[in-house]
Amino acid sequence: MTNLERLRAEWFPNVRADILAGTVVALALIPEAIAFSIIAGVDPKVGLYASFCIMVVIAFAGGRPAMISAATGAMALVMVTLVREHGLQYLLAATLLCGVFQIIAGLLRLGVLMRFVSRSVMTGFVNALAILIFMAQLPELIGVTWITYPMVAVGLAIIYILPRFTTAVPSPLVAIVLLTAAAMFFGIEVRTVGDMGELPTDLPAFLLPDVPWNLETLRIILPTALTLAVVGLLESLMTAQIVDELTDTPSDKHRESAGQGIANIVAGCFGGMAGCAMIGQSVINVQSGGRGRLSTLWGGVFLLILLMLLGDLVRQIPMAALVAVMIMVSIGTFRWSSLRDLAVHPWESSIVMLATVAVTVATHDLAQGVAVGVLLSGIFFARKAARIFRITSTLSADGRSRTYTVTGEIFFASAEAFVDSFDLREAIERAVIDVSGAHVWDLTAVAAIDRVVLKFRREGTEVEILGLNEASSELLGRLGRHDKDAGAAPALH
Amino acid sequence: MPRILACTDGSIYAESTIDHAAWAARALGAGVQVLHVLPRTPAEAPVDRSGALGLDRSEELLKELAALDEARGRLALKRGRAILDAAEARLRGAGVTEVRLTQRHGALVDNVLELEREMDLLVIGKRGEAADFAAGHLGANLERVLRSSPRPVLVAARAFRAPARCAIAHDGSAASLRMVEFAARSPLLEGVALDLVTVGSGGAALQSAPAAILEAAGRPARPVLLQGETHEAIAAHVADAGMDLLVMGAYGHGRLRTMILGSTTSALLRGCRIPVLVFR
Repeated sequence: MTNLERLRAEWFPNVRADILAGTVVALALIPEAIAFSIIAGVDPKVGLYASFCIMVVIAFAGGRPAMISAATGAMALVMVTLVREHGLQYLLAATLLCGVFQIIAGLLRLGVLMRFVSRSVMTGFVNALAILIFMAQLPELIGVTWITYPMVAVGLAIIYILPRFTTAVPSPLVAIVLLTAAAMFFGIEVRTVGDMGELPTDLPAFLLPDVPWNLETLRIILPTALTLAVVGLLESLMTAQIVDELTDTPSDKHRESAGQGIANIVAGCFGGMAGCAMIGQSVINVQSGGRGRLSTLWGGVFLLILLMLLGDLVRQIPMAALVAVMIMVSIGTFRWSSLRDLAVHPWESSIVMLATVAVTVATHDLAQGVAVGVLLSGIFFARKAARIFRITSTLSADGRSRTYTVTGEIFFASAEAFVDSFDLREAIERAVIDVSGAHVWDLTAVAAIDRVVLKFRREGTEVEILGLNEASSELLGRLGRHDKDAGAAPALH
Repeated sequence: MPRILACTDGSIYAESTIDHAAWAARALGAGVQVLHVLPRTPAEAPVDRSGALGLDRSEELLKELAALDEARGRLALKRGRAILDAAEARLRGAGVTEVRLTQRHGALVDNVLELEREMDLLVIGKRGEAADFAAGHLGANLERVLRSSPRPVLVAARAFRAPARCAIAHDGSAASLRMVEFAARSPLLEGVALDLVTVGSGGAALQSAPAAILEAAGRPARPVLLQGETHEAIAAHVADAGMDLLVMGAYGHGRLRTMILGSTTSALLRGCRIPVLVFR
């Protein structure tokens, strides 16, 4: 494909469908951006400006057409402490730094590390995210006037029942409009979005964060910025993969990583909080027919138009309506099939998933949850790979020598089992250990072979190792010592 | 055994493309590999603007979209099969024994570039299914293949007529001389009457070297000196003298020209109603 054709395919596969999908996304995004700002502890305008900036920038800079990025729950959860202790300006500075990290990650192609994040960890990630989004709604549901509860119930009823009759209009929007109208009409005394902080009144303006540019500031924002960068890339690349699957088209993960960084830097400069790709909104976009970059761009532009036109009405939205939408978002984010799969999947996968969820919910930090999940899946994998290892042996006719044939993987996790498989009580003159069908992966494995040889020698048995060079080619390759024997080999002869 | 790659689709050029390939295969004693490429056209998405996220919506949506694509994909495969089977029958009927059928996904040009490394000649219709007929443009696929193909490309005309008279358009360039070498020794032009065509005032001087090459190979060419706009002059000669085949270079002068395919080349391809053998 020529560049021009690729550009056309990425931007305008179907202009009408993309504009409509972008419109649906913008409408669905307003309540979410407000709610995520409230989770982060900043004014709603911070999340709304961020969503506009990120959508517009990522439409050009992103590597995955039709993916929606904006202010997200995952990012909001990470920044809570920083905002509470140091305030908005430090959050904006952290957003800039997060963007820098993400651009570096894109340039260094760190996205390849995503392959170590297994499916179970990803499932744990989205489940934890859903639980945290739901938990963040609890303050709006506890210690409020009784009228809140019926309003949330009505909101949820509209959101879930309306699509059975028509899928032409976004049902969360209908819920919000009706509940807002009812609250205004009947003069119901409930908390509204306007009570939660400032809403956008003007176009976002360029302004660098008002923080002292010194090492002390860096020390404050560095941990949050790093976590933001990691969480943002995790969710973005995960979402990109989902959109890839849905649309059966490829994406450029490294361009997406750098694009997220650029989008965050722009957001930070225009008074917006850090954001990333949104799983739910991206699914909504594809479901509504969005396939091109235009859908993302229009989503962002239309979002701003709506805010400028309807700013005063947005202020009147009761928090109850917002809570209903966010409950829908958390229910939609949760991978319910994973509960059913608990009974079917290997227990190791379930443990990885549950551990990711548990750690995340306990720490409110998705990065830590994912780290634990990745670690656990690594351990479980090593444990399984260690079982791919077998030793068979034959005694010679005269009963004086025995040949051990080793096949499979010898590494740190299987080294102990390797040593234990030799019968050292058997009095033989000569032992032959044939490792040509095995892989010697690491120094632990080399040391294990060494140990076996020493033990045999102490019993007065002569040992010969066959095929060590073939078996340890991985190790040699890594150490780059092709001209010599493997590290411990001289001791063996 | 030389190999010919013939690209076909459901367009009205499909049959004549196969006929051209059959002619070339007989002349060269070559085997023919017929390629049909299934373009990727994403399915119309189900319209759902409810904006609501149900339980495991992404997985459900994936199933829905996959089911849609599956049905279309099956249909396209079947249709492609039928096109290829028809091509095979036509080739065998024309006496070609070595026929291979290949069905691939993706863009035509990518697949052609991948396959033609082992090929000696490429045959493709002047326009494909996707081309805009009203505009008289070349097919976009053809332009791209010509731009990037290192092998000679035989561009099939709408109807096939076994070539008896062939015009060789020569401009003195290195690529042009390679083309003359090919014309001199290739069995493809055995027994075909040759015209060596040059355009412009320096034409006579340009003719000596290629004429000698052809003479030495025992295929003397009739020298033709034309005046005027290159593509108009050649197109007029080809029509007036009743030529059945034009051999020419897709000359690129400099990087930009290489990228956009010489304008003379595309003008000639558009203007001539006979098959054109294009050299890079």
